[in-house]
Amino acid sequence: MTPRPGFVLEVDGSTPPTLFWKGEGFTLERLPEGSRVIYAPEPLDALKDPVGAIRHALEHPLGDSAPLSALLRPGMKLTICFDDVSLPLPPMEAPDARQMVIEEVLDAAATAGVDDVVLIAALALHRRMTEPELRHALGDRVYEAFAPHGLLTQHDAEDPENLVHLGKTSEGEDVEINKRAATSDLLVYVNISLVAMDGGHKSVATGLASYKSLRHHHNPTTMRHSKSFMDAPSSALHTSNWRMGRLIADSGVKVFQIETTLNTDTFPSQFAFLQRREWEWTLRDRATYTATAAALDATPGRLARQIFHSIKAPHALTSVQAGEVEAVHEQSLVSVWRQQGVVVEGQSDIVTMGLPYICPYNVNSIMNPILVACLGLGYFFNLYRGKPLVREGGVLIMQHPTKPDFDPAFHPSYIDFYEQVLTETTDPTEMHKLYEESFATDPWYIHLYRTGHAYHGVHPFYMWYWCAHALEHLGRVIVLGGDPKAVRRMGFSPASTMADALEMAKDVVGPSPTLTHLHAPPIMLADVQ
Amino acid sequence: MNVNEAMRSLGRARFPLGAPDWPAGVDRPAPERKVGLDYDHEWSRRYPARLVRAAILDNVTRPLAHLVAPATIRGDEHLRHLEAPVIFAANHASHLDTPLLLTTLPVRFRHRTVVGAAADYFFDRPWKAALWSLTLAAIPIERSRVNRSSADVAAELLAKKWNLVIFPEGGRTPDGWAQAFRGGAAYLALRTGAPVVPVYLHGTRRILPKHDDQHPGGSGTENAGRGLRRAEVTVMYGPPLSPAEGENARRFGVRIERAVELLAREVATDWWTARRASDDGDSALHGPEAVPWRRAWALGPPDGTREERSWPASPFTRAKRSPRRRTGPGRLRSTSGS
Repeated sequence: MTPRPGFVLEVDGSTPPTLFWKGEGFTLERLPEGSRVIYAPEPLDALKDPVGAIRHALEHPLGDSAPLSALLRPGMKLTICFDDVSLPLPPMEAPDARQMVIEEVLDAAATAGVDDVVLIAALALHRRMTEPELRHALGDRVYEAFAPHGLLTQHDAEDPENLVHLGKTSEGEDVEINKRAATSDLLVYVNISLVAMDGGHKSVATGLASYKSLRHHHNPTTMRHSKSFMDAPSSALHTSNWRMGRLIADSGVKVFQIETTLNTDTFPSQFAFLQRREWEWTLRDRATYTATAAALDATPGRLARQIFHSIKAPHALTSVQAGEVEAVHEQSLVSVWRQQGVVVEGQSDIVTMGLPYICPYNVNSIMNPILVACLGLGYFFNLYRGKPLVREGGVLIMQHPTKPDFDPAFHPSYIDFYEQVLTETTDPTEMHKLYEESFATDPWYIHLYRTGHAYHGVHPFYMWYWCAHALEHLGRVIVLGGDPKAVRRMGFSPASTMADALEMAKDVVGPSPTLTHLHAPPIMLADVQ
Repeated sequence: MNVNEAMRSLGRARFPLGAPDWPAGVDRPAPERKVGLDYDHEWSRRYPARLVRAAILDNVTRPLAHLVAPATIRGDEHLRHLEAPVIFAANHASHLDTPLLLTTLPVRFRHRTVVGAAADYFFDRPWKAALWSLTLAAIPIERSRVNRSSADVAAELLAKKWNLVIFPEGGRTPDGWAQAFRGGAAYLALRTGAPVVPVYLHGTRRILPKHDDQHPGGSGTENAGRGLRRAEVTVMYGPPLSPAEGENARRFGVRIERAVELLAREVATDWWTARRASDDGDSALHGPEAVPWRRAWALGPPDGTREERSWPASPFTRAKRSPRRRTGPGRLRSTSGS
């Protein structure tokens, strides 16, 4: 059966309660009559022969690029960079898209007699990937062939020896990226475009950049003018990355971009109800929901987290394209929108959303309050093209426990950000001026980033900047079921029930508000007319 | 005062009731350790030990080996008319090789075979020496330098009609490809007149590879850090070899190595293709001469699922990387489009 497109439901008296995620759990909430619920399109069919499609893409590149086999020759220096652990979400079942693509690239390199090959995880200021994560993303075979010989590396944005400054853009932005990648005869970038903001010039210009380069677009001003991140022409973040990407190309760095897109098959069959419309839940779905929700409520948080983070998504490839960066990305966007786009008529006064257990920055880890804010206000709020789902001055209600729990190994600077910065200010511009540099240059955070598995010291600031557009746009942010102290620390309002949250919202938007619920995940992109 | 208290107070008692202190200025003599090459393993070939070993090999080791490494045995017709003593010379990729080889040998060889094992690894502790002597009839072999006593012991056992399993590489492969063979098997054959049966063991590294402390999870350790992984293996025996008239140990050693190489090709392809393949440097046993990643890449996927590989170019190594495609001895199922 052809997958059904996205759908906007108008809630009436017969509509069953709506599923809301709440971290490592979920609940059913009854929304007021007249509310709208946006359902994601059903997962598109997977490519029947993904390996064949990859081979075809490598040999039939888009844009001004020769086939990969023609770009490979003995004696050349080849660097293969790939997206890090933040993509896809949840991590996909093996084989990962990166593994499939990189194996084909390496086969071609071996055939061509290329000896000097290095793989680099393009993680920018993210944490270094662990061995199991690398093995999962690349497969054992690639890992075994490269890691033991030091040829599988992770980008280090704080290693001056392995960074090269390529110049400044017309806007004065420094472009400083990984030296090995920049000085290679060919840089192959293997991407997963989970949403429309991934890929394109952002892959190299952000993934392989240093703090000196990243700060030009990861700042409150740029983020505030990215409306939204999912719509590149309206995103200052992307405009800056495109400027940098073009400068990288003009500097002589030959990039062969390989982008993959996935369908929204997000949860394994035992959690099938999570991506079904509630009124279509079978007896089995209802039984599974009831048992799972009750069991999760009684499960210690740590165990529940482990259970959820062990989920591997049955994502499947829907397209793969290779060649020149911009031509490739254009094609990827078509595929992403084909899978995720939902047309929505007009904005509402209130938008509700249930936030799940995972965001790009807490894979195998804890979703701390700053990441909760980033997921709700940075990511879900920005899942639009045209206009935000909520009107200016409107209210966003997001459901999540928002416990002030932190992972000291992965998120050490987040703890200090929460205790030292958020207690002083929640204004992105002010914290940017007053605190960012001290966190970004703190030698202890840099040490942990370079040698451990810690996000860079400046990363919590960036998470907060991701919220800048939403913070400026919204009249109030209400966290349903959130820890009151943590929620207030971030300048939001806690509510214990949906009824309370709606009453609080009415204080801001008036007594008869319109409401839209974003039924995600699975991810969707609202094309707001 | 009960007995325990009395014993404790005696223990605390001063010399001469208690033990004397050792003077600080006098060196303690090294404790006499009969391990390594000096380990006395004679007991392991007496009947009580042989009985225990036979019971363990047949009732514990054999079912376990079959469980984790279901084996296809090929070429065992070459053993049919052989009489002890025989030297079995095999490639070495895993600790699993010895139990696998022993348990797949015909019974008349199985219970009268000793295994040459590294003295510095398997005989460095008394308990290890006893364990391996008992369960595998291991004898210590010096692998880091030439040692006459190792050879003397092995020759003596061959003279007493014991068969010998020896791994001429001197240790497990670090990267998946066989290392150069040493001359021990050839030397013993020349000295004792025992024939050498070349053996190729395929697939054991997928189950239990060598762990490299320098590169945890690395150095070609496909299975590092995840314990035992079940996989199918092949044990391939070749025709017995004896030194030719006037052939010295070095030349005979090369012939043994080539015989194992031929078996490797045959496992990867078929009997005819293996013999037709030219010796163009793309060794099915030692791998291509290339940078480390390409040598590792040429091993193929751990599970052998992908259809075609690209290095090295010769047909036997290409098929070697897809062992699961084999449908029977010497036959490859055709795969569409490849």
